[in-house]
Amino acid sequence: MAKIKKLEIAGISKSFHGIPANRDIDLTIESGEILGLLGENGAGKTTLMNILYGLYQPDAGEIRINSSAVRISSPLESINLGIGMVHQHFMLVDNHTVAENIALGYKNAPFLFPQKKIKDDIVAFSKKFNLEIDPLKKIWQLSAGEQQRVEIVKALFNGADLLILDEPTSVLTPQEAKDLFRVLKDMKQAGHLIILISHKLDEIMSLCDRVTVLQKGCIVGHARTADVDKKALARMMVGRDVIFDIQRDKMPPSSRVLQVSNVTVNSEKGFPAVKGVSFDINRNEIFGIAGVSGNGQRELVEAITGLRKLVSGKITVNDKDITNQSPKKIYNSGISHVPEERIKFGIAPGLFLYENAILKQQHRKEYSKNSLLAYGNIKLYAKRLVEAFQVLAPSINVQTKDLSGGNIQKLILGREISHAPALLVASHPTYGLDVGATEYLRKQLLKQRKAGGAVLLVSEDLEEIFELCDKIAVIFRGEFMGILNSDDPQTADIGMMMAGSLRLTAS
Amino acid sequence: MEDLIVSVAQRTLIAGTPLLIGTIGEVICERSGILNLGVEGVMSIGAVAAFVVTFYTQNLWLGLMAAVLAGMLISIIHAVASVSLQSNQVVSGLALTMLGLGISSLAGKPYVGKSLTEKMNTVAIPFLSDIPILGKILFVQSPFFYMAIVLALAAWFILEHTELGIKIRSTGENPKATEAQGINVSLIRYGCILVGGGFSGMAGANLSISYSKLWIEGMTAGRGWIVIALTIFALWNPMRAMIGAFLFGGIFVMQYLLQPLGISPSLLAMLPYMATLLVLVMIGIKDSKKLNAPAMLGEPYKRGER
Ligand SMILES: Nc1ncnc2c1ncn2[C@@H]1O[C@H](COP(=O)(O)OP(=O)(O)OP(=O)(O)O)[C@@H](O)[C@H]1O
Ligand SMILES: [Mg+2]
Repeated sequence: MAKIKKLEIAGISKSFHGIPANRDIDLTIESGEILGLLGENGAGKTTLMNILYGLYQPDAGEIRINSSAVRISSPLESINLGIGMVHQHFMLVDNHTVAENIALGYKNAPFLFPQKKIKDDIVAFSKKFNLEIDPLKKIWQLSAGEQQRVEIVKALFNGADLLILDEPTSVLTPQEAKDLFRVLKDMKQAGHLIILISHKLDEIMSLCDRVTVLQKGCIVGHARTADVDKKALARMMVGRDVIFDIQRDKMPPSSRVLQVSNVTVNSEKGFPAVKGVSFDINRNEIFGIAGVSGNGQRELVEAITGLRKLVSGKITVNDKDITNQSPKKIYNSGISHVPEERIKFGIAPGLFLYENAILKQQHRKEYSKNSLLAYGNIKLYAKRLVEAFQVLAPSINVQTKDLSGGNIQKLILGREISHAPALLVASHPTYGLDVGATEYLRKQLLKQRKAGGAVLLVSEDLEEIFELCDKIAVIFRGEFMGILNSDDPQTADIGMMMAGSLRLTAS
Repeated sequence: MEDLIVSVAQRTLIAGTPLLIGTIGEVICERSGILNLGVEGVMSIGAVAAFVVTFYTQNLWLGLMAAVLAGMLISIIHAVASVSLQSNQVVSGLALTMLGLGISSLAGKPYVGKSLTEKMNTVAIPFLSDIPILGKILFVQSPFFYMAIVLALAAWFILEHTELGIKIRSTGENPKATEAQGINVSLIRYGCILVGGGFSGMAGANLSISYSKLWIEGMTAGRGWIVIALTIFALWNPMRAMIGAFLFGGIFVMQYLLQPLGISPSLLAMLPYMATLLVLVMIGIKDSKKLNAPAMLGEPYKRGER
């Protein structure tokens, strides 16, 4: 197959259950270009890319490569044509190792002993791009950030003329994203075609030559990044001005909600992943945990929310001991949880939207009477939630897995926030949200804080942490390198603390 | 005493062989995510095909080939139903069992009570069979036994250490991710179902041209169901299937040994299923992650869905 020089998408339309997701899309991209694809949650970006990759079949329209029409009826064909894709929802086999996952689609994988033979290549390759992964770990043992690294390495490893990246940096640290972009720029120089979907407008501005904006399945605008700024892009997407810098009022000191003392938690392999960590979170406070993913954040969050047993230590909420209680008891004591892997742990994908809207609350008397679910109330509540959090869905009677990624996230957030929990534990809460929704969510979090709620925010996104948090803890290899107030000048050194080269002595 | 031990051990291996052959096939099939409850039926078809062809050609190897082929052919039904039509795999598997049992007794009617002129003879492996005790147990066996061991090792090796194996296992774990990597999920599943059918057919041949040379109706006698249990008992691993098959084979032999002592054979017939449950419970208590049933076992895969 000849190298891809030019790719054209002409008149592509696609509907699901009669509801259009893409309408008459035209798009061209040429060799040596990086095209940004923007749009609100549910605009149809992933759908369009899945069509290009052969996962979905369009209802109408055609795809041309080097000016001749091609039919892409499966990913096998698109791979053979030279197309590669980093998927928004990771396409990884959980029970297999990283090496097995990469060998699965690798064109040059040897027939005998593939996992063993490519193991060293994977290590060398991931080192080269600073996306470190351990080829022998199973996917289910990895945090979301680590899984994203695997997903990227998998696509890069195979090499492709046209690389599609669907929100590749949603759970990467800024440094990792930077390293990835260096790779992408090199690929561009070498004549590759790249399509990047991202809600992080800074990334789009720094990397892309051109952007195309989708809204409700239609193209609503094109621009050269040289001609526009971030504000203008946001306006093109959501049709109004978006406020990027939000004001955070100072709150007076307040009483303690969560106390974590000397907590040690093991990883799946039985080694300590969190080592003797202690901290308090007060009312009216947002407490951030910054760090490269895979340093114990996930284990700590799971320990607090009851999903993982503590080896030692104690956790109390409002002075009530919740150490090693069941997740249900902990939830009922006022701790809500927005997990990092939304499809696996945040929703039941096959259940309807309205059922997911009350997950974990189904036993409340508003929603069930005499062990029977009160569907009238449930649907009413689901409708209100969908409206308040602007969840874009055909109706509340759809299976939740059919929603776009960002809309699933909005649904989870709405469900976890709306009952005003004493403490909200949120991992990457703005993961995959568009700029409008991110703004809304941040406002909601600050509203919770003002109303006396507390938030534990785990994020790779330092900007988000700085913008929202009153206190910031930096975690490295399961230990806190220090806890800073957000106005502490030492926050400038946070990068060194994340890398483990600086440790503050407790003050 | 030594003779008794040798005889019991020999018969244990003989009884375990068809179980092992069937289990290898079912493990391969289930690893690709397809539950095939049709083993009992496909085995019966293999048995009758092997018997009839051998009866007329006097060639045991032709009989074996016919059984494998027949097993593969009849399994196409399950492949079409579960892969192409994405129907419920339990239903089409059960249908296959009933169909197979029916065809087998119909086609076998004229031969009831008839016998082959000879059955697959035991082959003594030179030198190895001279080892005291063990030699007689392990190396004076029917070719089916040797084939079963080689095939089990091969299946394990292919599943664990080859690229094809990764594709098969990934298909059973996450067909969507597998497809996204450019692998034809339907093709893999068709292949595994047919190969599984071939193994079941071979297990049937083992019964009709090696275990005995007399045609009796209902020759499989529930062995197909034991295979299903064994697949779970073996935790979808062909190596463990070897241990399981010969353990269950031992239970078969016990039935004959213990019956004269007044122990009900029904009680012993129950043992394989009890043992499977026990293993599941024990592993479940210890570490449920080790219970690695293929994650999408029995789930039809529809393309283009989220
Ligand atoms: N397989 C499917 N079945 C039913 N509906 C679907 C399917 N795939 C997508 N949709 C619908 O199509 C619309 C577009 O979804 P898509 O995932 O393309 O959005 P997106 O632009 O990628 O959004 P996000 O930024 O949240 O990822 C959504 O309304 C979604 O519910
Ligand atoms: Mg998307």
